Amino acid sequence: MDQKKLAIIATKGTLDWAYPPFILASTAAALGYETQIFFTFYGLQLVRKDLDLKVSPLGNPGMPMPMGMDKWFPVLGTALPGMETVMTAMMKKKMKDKGVASIEELRELCQEAEVKMIACQMTVDLFDFNSSDFIDGLEFGGAATFFEFAGESDICLYI
Amino acid sequence: MAAFDQELDASGLNCPLPILRAKKTLAGLESGQVLRIVATDPGSVKDFEAFAKQTGNELLESGEEGGKFVFLIKKA
Repeated sequence: MDQKKLAIIATKGTLDWAYPPFILASTAAALGYETQIFFTFYGLQLVRKDLDLKVSPLGNPGMPMPMGMDKWFPVLGTALPGMETVMTAMMKKKMKDKGVASIEELRELCQEAEVKMIACQMTVDLFDFNSSDFIDGLEFGGAATFFEFAGESDICLYI
Repeated sequence: MAAFDQELDASGLNCPLPILRAKKTLAGLESGQVLRIVATDPGSVKDFEAFAKQTGNELLESGEEGGKFVFLIKKA
């Protein structure tokens, strides 16, 4: 049986959206898939050495808030200074309490499982990042690099 | 419950950690050896079935013991 392949494009740089690519990639690797993640635009935040990911209630009516606040709290209130920090801290605590892995841990598990991670060179340049801002082992490439692997993949996800 | 060679306590861990830890522990076992896994994540019941099916490691037993989920997996 040929080894199955999973290709993921990670485009989002918030704490909540950091989970799907790393959960799916690490699990796929555990199931024997050859896995590659292509990080572009805000997704580049997920491969920085120092992670500083946040979750925002702003413009996110689906986000459950404590004390039923999502039912009565005014939408504009979610734009108040400090809301992002508060919600991020609460989310991280909730995740820890429920035994959900941290992004650092999942990312490390992906690296251990030899998930190949590629940063989009164009957006690295666009945002004036340095290659030293990113984790070791990260490769840099463009759209054609992505298709080289994605074209042969069994599953291809855009996250 | 049948005999096993090694035990993995994945209590308190949530998806996908029980599967990832199991995979890692299985890597250290010999073919034919049995790993016993204890988990509290209700999703792990279906997940270990799927894991066994896709990796070829055999799920010998899947059950509940004292409010926890217990699995026996034989390494392929």
